[in-house]
Amino acid sequence: MNVEQHGDRRFRVAWMPGALIAVVLAVLLGAMIGPAGPVWWRVPLALIDHLPLIDIDSGVSEREWAIIWDIRMPRVVLAGLVGAMLSVGGASYQGVFRNPLVDPYLLGAAAGAGLGATLMIAIWPDAGSNWPIDPVPAVAFVFALGSVAITYLVGASFGGMRTTATLVLAGVAMVSLLTAIQTFVLQRNSEVVREVYAWILGRVSTAQWSDVRLVLPYVVVSCVVLFFHRRHLDLLRVGDDEAVTLGVPVTRVRLIVVIFATLGTAAVVAVSGLIGFVGLVVPHMVRLIAGASYRRVVPLTVAFGAAFLILADIPGRMLTAPAELPIGVVTAFVGAPFFIVLLRTREISR
Amino acid sequence: MSSIEFRDLNVQFGKRTAVHSFSDTVRSGEWLGLIGPNGAGKSSILKAIVGVVPSKGEVIVDGSSMALRSRSRRAAIVAYVPQDPLMPSDMTGFEYTLLGRAPYVGYFGSESRHDRAMVSDVLDRLELSAFADRRLGQLSGGERQRLVIARALATEAPILLLDEPTSALDIGHQQQALELVARLRNDHGLTVISAMHDLTLAGLYSDRLALLHEGSVVASGDPERVLRPETLAEFYGVRVTVHREPDGTIVVIPRRDALN
Repeated sequence: MNVEQHGDRRFRVAWMPGALIAVVLAVLLGAMIGPAGPVWWRVPLALIDHLPLIDIDSGVSEREWAIIWDIRMPRVVLAGLVGAMLSVGGASYQGVFRNPLVDPYLLGAAAGAGLGATLMIAIWPDAGSNWPIDPVPAVAFVFALGSVAITYLVGASFGGMRTTATLVLAGVAMVSLLTAIQTFVLQRNSEVVREVYAWILGRVSTAQWSDVRLVLPYVVVSCVVLFFHRRHLDLLRVGDDEAVTLGVPVTRVRLIVVIFATLGTAAVVAVSGLIGFVGLVVPHMVRLIAGASYRRVVPLTVAFGAAFLILADIPGRMLTAPAELPIGVVTAFVGAPFFIVLLRTREISR
Repeated sequence: MSSIEFRDLNVQFGKRTAVHSFSDTVRSGEWLGLIGPNGAGKSSILKAIVGVVPSKGEVIVDGSSMALRSRSRRAAIVAYVPQDPLMPSDMTGFEYTLLGRAPYVGYFGSESRHDRAMVSDVLDRLELSAFADRRLGQLSGGERQRLVIARALATEAPILLLDEPTSALDIGHQQQALELVARLRNDHGLTVISAMHDLTLAGLYSDRLALLHEGSVVASGDPERVLRPETLAEFYGVRVTVHREPDGTIVVIPRRDALN
């Protein structure tokens, strides 16, 4: 009997190569489209030309190459990293909380980052003018991690780690509190509202290679750790008690997954602002097409998440050109209706 | 083949004592039926064995304490079929059964070819191969229950714990599920401990019954000795007739008062 016949056939044959092709196509599209720059069909040639050991005549000038490499590519790569991280973070959170409607912002990562950025912009606008690093993302990162840590400690101290409900409720309370403080600070400093909102709605458009270098280690480490816990996420789907009887160290697994999903999320939120719905839309799309096993969902969300956000960034620079539409607006535009459809179909299938 | 011994097992939920010094020895290959009214402590004993609820006292399997064994070692010794298993509706039968191999997979590992072959074999033997690629949400209660038993069997654990394994099933599927367990016990020499509400079924399948009341064992022994009308009246507060079939089967029949 062929033992490979069950379970992972669909995965093996179609989805992983398909996901990688989607990423490559998204990257090419992202590099080809935009104001100024060379004719679109020369862009792939120029990229091939710059691969090591390959030398072809792409007909792209030095100045045009600079537009591709220094303006478009950091933006594409950053969008890819952010999309991959938010998506795999969402899938992981949905796994450890056994709740299809949670995303990486659940425990306060986004609200904390938003408050941190607001405080820096409103109260200490001159900070960092002559510092080696921009302090706003750094403070946002610290606030994001701090908020999740507080939520986790509060939720765990009441409910024990056997129940996730208290943790989710603690997250709801924490987000409300952080948002209230942020609103208060904004009310007192109404002159910075515009700047704060620009930050909150996502700033992939001004990305540089330095931003990419900043988040890359966090995203890579988080994705690798989450990838190695995909089997545990499947085991948690049958409930904490049964997972315990199958030998799973449930509390430890949940803590590790939350820590690394949060670490990556905090890092990408700190450089890109709050980009909503990616952590919900992508994992559920992947489940619809490839099944719900986390063995497939985790690697596929990384790839499709990257492709999704790279593509979502394109209308942002086309529709309102030369002005930029924030990427968070685009993802919410796609995400909110999708979310409603999702709720509806889940209602019917119940 | 494994025997399991309880020494002074106590389970406490806050101030309430759920199990009070439970001591017993279940021989290798024996089927012990735990019976008793709701809240008597049947489920708590089973959960204490697998470490889902904290307990005091000792559970000893084949001479050494469960508490001294590693988490995955414990999972490989005792398989647990919960009363109300959480079965994700979008998981396939194969994926679900494969979870039973978890005790043998390293932390960062994944299931080997052997694990997959073993699961296919279990599904074959239980005539469940048709459900391997079906989603759990599309299956009936009886089919799902058989998959839970398949998952327990996939762990290759010598001890099987059943917590109200048939409470959600109709009479035909109850019989089917219990016959399956009885057959597997016969084939593999499994030691079985079950908590059951249906006294007739409990008497029919168990070698020995232990009647629990408020956390303590109040009667233990052959079904014939435990299932007596006066005992059941005392601890369940029911009026029953206990009828004995020619083949030795004990049938517990509820009685009701005539109106006025």
